[in-house]
Amino acid sequence: MADRAQPLSRGLGAGAGIAATLILALTLGTLGAVIHRAGGFGSLGPADWAALRFTVTQAALSAALSLLLAIPVARALARRRFPGRGVLITLLGAPFILPVIVAVMGILAIFGRAGLLNDALAALGAERVSIYGLSGVVLAHVFLNLPLAVRLLLQGWRGIPAERFRLAAALGFSSTDISRHLERPMLRALGPGIFVTIFLICLTSFAVALTLGGGPKATTVELAIYQAFRFDFDLGRAAQLASLQLALCAAATLAAARLTLPAGFGAGLDRALARPDAATLPLKLQDAAAISVASLFLLAPLAAVILAGLPRLATLPAPVWEAALRSLLVALASTLLALLLALPLALAIARTKGRLLETIGMLPLATSALVIGTGLFLLLRGLASPAALALPVTAAVNAVMALPFCLRALIPAARDLETDYGRLAESLGLSGAARLRHLTLPRLRQPLGFAAGLTAALSMGDLGVIALFADAERATLPLQLYRLMGAYRMADAAGAAVLLLALSLALFWILDRGGRADAQA
Amino acid sequence: MLRLDTLVITQDDFRLTADFSVAAGARVAVIGPSGAGKSTLLSVIAGFYPAASGRVLWNGADITRQPPARRPLSILFQDQNLFPHLTVAENVGLGLRPDLRLSPAERAAVTRALERTGLAGLEARRPARLSGGQQSRVALARALLRARPLMLLDEPFAALGPALKAEMLDLVAEIAAETGATVLMVSHDPDDARRFAPETIVVAGGIAHPPRPTAALLDSPPPALAAYLGK
Repeated sequence: MADRAQPLSRGLGAGAGIAATLILALTLGTLGAVIHRAGGFGSLGPADWAALRFTVTQAALSAALSLLLAIPVARALARRRFPGRGVLITLLGAPFILPVIVAVMGILAIFGRAGLLNDALAALGAERVSIYGLSGVVLAHVFLNLPLAVRLLLQGWRGIPAERFRLAAALGFSSTDISRHLERPMLRALGPGIFVTIFLICLTSFAVALTLGGGPKATTVELAIYQAFRFDFDLGRAAQLASLQLALCAAATLAAARLTLPAGFGAGLDRALARPDAATLPLKLQDAAAISVASLFLLAPLAAVILAGLPRLATLPAPVWEAALRSLLVALASTLLALLLALPLALAIARTKGRLLETIGMLPLATSALVIGTGLFLLLRGLASPAALALPVTAAVNAVMALPFCLRALIPAARDLETDYGRLAESLGLSGAARLRHLTLPRLRQPLGFAAGLTAALSMGDLGVIALFADAERATLPLQLYRLMGAYRMADAAGAAVLLLALSLALFWILDRGGRADAQA
Repeated sequence: MLRLDTLVITQDDFRLTADFSVAAGARVAVIGPSGAGKSTLLSVIAGFYPAASGRVLWNGADITRQPPARRPLSILFQDQNLFPHLTVAENVGLGLRPDLRLSPAERAAVTRALERTGLAGLEARRPARLSGGQQSRVALARALLRARPLMLLDEPFAALGPALKAEMLDLVAEIAAETGATVLMVSHDPDDARRFAPETIVVAGGIAHPPRPTAALLDSPPPALAAYLGK
C-alpha cells in the first residue's frame, strides 16, 4: 500500500524543516541580501548580454558535442568485452569528482600553447593554435562531461532488455537493423535528458571559464558575477546577473525534469551482450577506434599532469601543504554539513507526497555559488572579517552546492527503506534515536558513504567562492594551484595538481568504501 | 474481544465495510478473492491505513486513532518481517525494547523465546543465513515475546512449502494458546482455514462478513465464496 497513514515524527519533521529553511536562506536569502545591499538591481550593459549569449552558446555546444561523441563510445562499450573494460567504465565515473582545475591543467598540457599538440604542430612547421576562448572552454567541458554522457548512455543500452537483442539475433538483424529498431528509439528517449543535464552543468561552470575563458568574447555569466564582485564591487550588477542565471537555470531544470534520464548512477554496468551482428571486421575496427580515441582523449591529459607533477611532489613549497591541510578541513566540514542537511530532507521526502521539499533540495543546482558566498559575507560581515570568514563560508557553500547530488543518492534508498521496513518499524514502535541507530543509518550506509565521498571530493577540488575572498594565508589547495599557474610556476603547479588529485580521489574512495565495508545483506 | 464498529474503508474507488466482533482467544481465517480487501482490513486494524469512518475497539476501548505500536497487537507481514542487517537476537529483542538496551532478564527472555521456537543457538545469525522456515520462526519468536493479545497474520507463510506452512500454523496455534491471543489470519488456501481456524471471515463484494464456523462455510459456501473456491 502506497498511502502512508503516519505523519512525520516530530524529530524528523523538525530536522527536515530546519534543513529546508537553511537551504532557502542560503540560496534565495543570500541573493536577497545581495540585492538589498545593492539597493536594487543595477543596469546590464552590452558586455553582460554578451556574457549571457556566450554562456548559452558554450553550454549548448559542450552538451551537444559530449552527447554526440559519447554515442559511438557507449555503443562500443555496450557490445564489446575486452580486458580492462570494467576498469575503463569505473574510470569514466572519475571526472565527476575530478578537480576542475586539474582537468584544466591536463588539457593545457596537451592542447595548450606549450602543450604536446602544439609542439607536434611546430615540429611539422605548422602554426601553433590557441585554445583560450570558446574552443578551450568547450574542450574542457567535453573532457569533463563526455564520460558522464557515456555512462548515462551505457545505462540506456543496458535498459534494452536482453531478450530484444536475442530476438534480433534470431531474426538475423544486421547492425543497421538493430540501430534502427532498438538503439535509435532509446537514444531519442534519453538524448534530450542527457543533453539538458550537461547543458545545466556547463551553464554555471566557473573554474573553466576563469582559467580558459575571460575577455569580452569568452566570459560566462558566473565569471561576469565574479568580475562584478572582485574588480568593480558592483553588487547591483552582480545581483542582477545572478537573478538572470537563476532564471536561466530554473528554465533548464524545469525542462530537465520533464525529460527522461536513466535511473541510478551506474550499478551493474558490467554486462556485455552476445552481439553476433557486430562480429564483422569494419564494426570491430570502428569500436576499437572509438574506445581508444576516447581513452586517449580522457587519459592523456591526466597522464601528462601526473608525469609532470609526481617528481615535484616531495619538493612542494610549504604553502602548498598548508593549503592542502586547509582544503581537507574545509572538505570534511562541508561533508558533515551536507549530510546533516541531506539526511533529514531525504527521509522526509521519502515519507511525504508533495514535491516542495525535493524542489527546495534541488534549488542549489540553479543558484550561483559566488552569490551564495557573497550574500553570506554580507550577512555575516558584522561578526568577523571577510578573510576570517573565507574558509567557513567556503565550507558552507560547498555543502549546499553538493546537496542535490547527495539527495539524488539518498532519496531512492530512503524510499526503498520506507517501502520495505516502514510498516515493520512502526508496528514495533521503532522511532527517534533508536530508529536512526538501528534502522536508518545501517540501511542507508552505502548511499551515505557515496554522498559523503562525492561531497568531500567536490569540496576538495572546488575553486569558486574562495577565489573571491581568501588572502594569501587562507588559500585552499585549488586556489594555491591557480595562483601557481598564474605565476607560471608550472612545475610546482603540476606537483600541486597531483597532490590535489590524489587527495580528492582518496577522500572519495575512503568515504565510499566506508559505506560499503562490512555491508550486511 | 475485537469489535469493528460500522467500519468503512475507502481507497480511490474501492470500498469495504465491516461490522462485527471476534471473540477473545478465537482463531479466525480471513478468506476471499484477491483484491477484495483482506490485507487492507488487517492494515486498518493494525493502524497502517485510516478508516474512512467507524471504530476499531479492543475490549471496549477505542483504538481507532492509536499509532500501530501502541495497539494491543502483533502483525506478521507477507515479507519483510525481519531487518536484514540485525542479528536474530536483535530482531527478536526489538519486540521488547526498540532501542535494544536489554536488561539481563530481557536477554534471557529472548533466548527462551528462541528456544521455544526451535532456534536455539542461532542468536548471532543474520536473516540472510537462515532458511525461509527459520525466518518465519524468528518473526514468531518476536510475536511470542511481545505477547500482545491480538495476532494478525497477513499471509506470512505464503512462500513456504505445504509441510513447512502446516508446521508454522501449528506453532502459531501453540503460541496463541500459551498467550491466550486472538488470531486473524489472511489465507488463500481453504485447507489452511480448515486446519487452523474454527471460524472464518469472508471478504467479498465490498463487505467483510461476520465470522462463521469454517467447516459449514466451506461445505456450503455462499455464491461469492463459491466462485472464488471454484465450486
